[in-house]
Amino acid sequence: MSRDAAPASWLRRWTGDPILVGMGLGLSLFGVAMIYSAGILNVPSPVTEGAWRRQLIWLAVALAAFSAVWKVRPQWIEWAAFPIYALSVILLAATLVIGTGAGTAEGVGRWIVVGPLRFQPAEFAKLAAVLGLARLLSSRETPPQALRDLLAPAALMGLPLALVVLQPDLGTALAFVGILFAALYWAGTPPFLLFLLASPGIALILAFSTVVWSAYFVGLALLLYAFRYRLYLVESVAVLLANLSAGIIANPLWSSLAMYQRNRLLVFLDPSTDPRGAGWNLIQSKVAIGSGGLTGKGFTQGTQKRLDFLPEQHTDFIFSVIGEELGFIGATLVVAAFAFLLWRVVRLAERTADPFAGLVLFGIFGTWLVHVFINIGMTVGLVPITGIPLPFVSYGGTFLVTCWAFIALAVRLSREA
Amino acid sequence: MLVLVVLMGILVVSFFRAQVVRGSSWALQSDSNRLRVLPVPPPRGTVFDRYGEIIADNVPSYSVSLFPAPGDSIRATLERLSPFLGLEPQRVEALVEEAESNRRQPLLVTDNADYDAIAQVEERRAEFPGVFLEMRPRRRYLAGPAVGHALGYVGEVSAAELESPLFEDYEQGMVVGKEGLERQYESLLQGTQGVRYVEVDAVGRGVGSFEGHAAAPAVPGEELFLNLDLALMEYIHQIFPDTMRGAVVALNAEDGGVLALYSAPTFDSNDFVGGISRSLWEELNRDLARPLYNRAVVGRYPPASTWKLATAAIGLELDLVEPDGVMPTACYGSYTYQGVTRRCWRPEGHGHLDLAGAVAHSCNVWFYQLGLRIGLERLVEEGSRLGFDQACGVDLPREMPGRFPDSLDWWQRVFDYRPFENEVMTLAIGQGPNDQTPLKMAQFYLALARDGSAPRPQLIRSQDRDPETDWRMDLGERSLEALREGLRQVTSPGGTAHLSSLEHWDFIGKTGTAQRAQQDGPDAWFVGMAGAWDGDPEIVLAVLVEEVAPGEGGSSVAAPLAAKAADFHLRRKYGMPVDTIQTLGEHLRAGVPAPWARWE
Repeated sequence: MSRDAAPASWLRRWTGDPILVGMGLGLSLFGVAMIYSAGILNVPSPVTEGAWRRQLIWLAVALAAFSAVWKVRPQWIEWAAFPIYALSVILLAATLVIGTGAGTAEGVGRWIVVGPLRFQPAEFAKLAAVLGLARLLSSRETPPQALRDLLAPAALMGLPLALVVLQPDLGTALAFVGILFAALYWAGTPPFLLFLLASPGIALILAFSTVVWSAYFVGLALLLYAFRYRLYLVESVAVLLANLSAGIIANPLWSSLAMYQRNRLLVFLDPSTDPRGAGWNLIQSKVAIGSGGLTGKGFTQGTQKRLDFLPEQHTDFIFSVIGEELGFIGATLVVAAFAFLLWRVVRLAERTADPFAGLVLFGIFGTWLVHVFINIGMTVGLVPITGIPLPFVSYGGTFLVTCWAFIALAVRLSREA
Repeated sequence: MLVLVVLMGILVVSFFRAQVVRGSSWALQSDSNRLRVLPVPPPRGTVFDRYGEIIADNVPSYSVSLFPAPGDSIRATLERLSPFLGLEPQRVEALVEEAESNRRQPLLVTDNADYDAIAQVEERRAEFPGVFLEMRPRRRYLAGPAVGHALGYVGEVSAAELESPLFEDYEQGMVVGKEGLERQYESLLQGTQGVRYVEVDAVGRGVGSFEGHAAAPAVPGEELFLNLDLALMEYIHQIFPDTMRGAVVALNAEDGGVLALYSAPTFDSNDFVGGISRSLWEELNRDLARPLYNRAVVGRYPPASTWKLATAAIGLELDLVEPDGVMPTACYGSYTYQGVTRRCWRPEGHGHLDLAGAVAHSCNVWFYQLGLRIGLERLVEEGSRLGFDQACGVDLPREMPGRFPDSLDWWQRVFDYRPFENEVMTLAIGQGPNDQTPLKMAQFYLALARDGSAPRPQLIRSQDRDPETDWRMDLGERSLEALREGLRQVTSPGGTAHLSSLEHWDFIGKTGTAQRAQQDGPDAWFVGMAGAWDGDPEIVLAVLVEEVAPGEGGSSVAAPLAAKAADFHLRRKYGMPVDTIQTLGEHLRAGVPAPWARWE
């Protein structure tokens, strides 16, 4: 992927990075096609029928956003990072008060309606978080060396994360975690510190079994002892306390989860516990993907989808339609396309000398990686079901615009460097 | 970068596992997801008459239903359907209202659409989302009112029926025989339900082609070949006066097969197919003439003079009277026994009569004396031995047994007194505690038409008849001939039914007129038989008409019906043209010469 391989320099001039933009455009158009297919039901539904036209309009808006962001000078972007972050936090807070539900996500207040416009502040917040975190970390002279160096970035991510969790939207919250770890990694944080940062989360998950959690806790204590020269005592104690409290609050926290959130986690372990309720989505998605076989049932021909067995088939479960209609070959090609896209982002980050640009690129990488892996993984039962869209492909305007803004940022910042 | 490769690798591997390694099992589950098993109702067995004419068969009927949808969309679909199904605006309004009052169930637009309409809708499937078409066989009776009581009718199996062991393997929604032959031979006629798969969506709406994927076709019910003569039944339905209530039973003398079984008033079996309307059902049940009551096998009537043949047969069997035997006391209009005087129907009396004469003139005095010779106890014993207190065992549901004392204790049981010996005089002339169904009387005369034995009357034609179940009387040829000679004199010059005599056939029989309490007019009977002049009787008939006008009776009302039915059947049997002017009486009234008539 070299500069000299580009045959037409105007293409480069207009797009910045033809490969990245081409991948984004290809995936977006593929997404429109799959949304069209998702609307082909035997008994048409007004929700999915014609969604592809609306997505096409959103794509035009997204491309306009792309051109707009691309015109912005990188210095302005860097300067505006914190204000944008602040604005997004305000919007997220506002969502908790005036948010409304919509479409298939009727029950949760994730949208803000301004006149004819409806958008999800949580999607915009990802962009803001990427910028804010990049700004914060790029201002450091040296990579974080101690846990307390991670406090500020963690807090910066923790605020929008907490606001999103309150919506409640666990899936998007995971995206912030992805952004945080990707950016910290790029900032040169030692993996050991990253692990310690993640350890309370791991403890939370392992707390379902006292024995497993105890073994983990002892192991963690021994690890801290082995690396005692690299940490302050206060930090070690804080990590242990955090892990301890994670183990303790796990049960009360579980009880405080909404019923649908608990069910989603339970059916992830065993979908048949509630086959017609919470397990339905996962079972039907697996049936759809599995019955696609090697070559699939053909574009628009998926029976699971046509007969309305697939839930959210144009948004969160669009990949089930892909798996059913295009088969293993199609699914693998799509996964490969995303891998290529992500690889391209990493390459651009590697090439740039500007720490802010690199951090933004890695933040984008983290966001997309979490989205792609969780979204695709949940359709085959690899990860619990969380309402998180597939970048470029899932129906949804705000996220499409955000993704294209990401591409614009990636292209603009990496080219400037 | 490593993280990227590992995560994407995990995704690809899990898709490989799901789609390639386990693909076939998921594919199976996808099929079971979208395919619903629906029962395919089998066509009921076709019913044929003795000449191979179809009495009941099936025609395909098509139902059009709409899946639940908002009212506006239902209305729009109905309006688009109306040119094809011929729906009127009021009907559309009514259907929309129905759909809105019941939002969960599919809306049945019609269950009787014709094939062309259905084909046109099916061609435009894409324009009619949520329209569901279904084909099911529909029972058709080619002569509904004529066969109503014999064939019965069908209907959806009821909840109560499903609980009975008879309907163990049945499912809700199946169409079963409810009455008549349809009920009697339900297990033969039903056939076996088939299975088909219909593609359904997640909420169970059928979306595939209405023909579905047949997995197992329905097995039609067995064909039923009957002894009935459909044309005869239609003819009887035609000649039986609309204003009268009664029954006609015709048996084939050769094997006891039921040629006709008619009860008036009747109903049209076709009205019950697909569910009888509530108003018609109420009308049928409210009607004082009781059209649903099968008088031929359920109705019991005092047999009156027609039963005098039974007294005579018992006397002959017991050797208490010779065929040419004359009773010691001549008939002077009455007879006194133990201080009780009983009248003959003819006040001026009959004088001395032999057995044939006594039958011909229906002389009460002669039969009083024969009854006394037999004795009450023996008459009761013999009568019940002959089965007058039993049913014939015809292959129809609900047949009523005759009502007849089985012993002297019967009076004690029923009336709480010991009968006097003179009670035998009442019984001997067919009165008293004796009520018989028209079918039973036909079976008794069947024995007289044959050699004294009568097979169980059957509507179904079967080869393996068990002679053990036959009605049997120990009567010699001379006795039978004497009895038949008596019957012949009834339709001979001077006989009560002379005007019912026929040109081509030896039509003989006994009239009966039973006065009944609480009725203005009497019940009129005629039981007899007919055949070629030089041969054995071929058809045995019993005709009963309830409550005829005062002054009318068996000879004026019942006998002509029997004569015309017998003439119709025999003419067709021998390939002769059928005429509507048949009996001597009809010839006289119509002024058509009857050179064949005997006057002396």
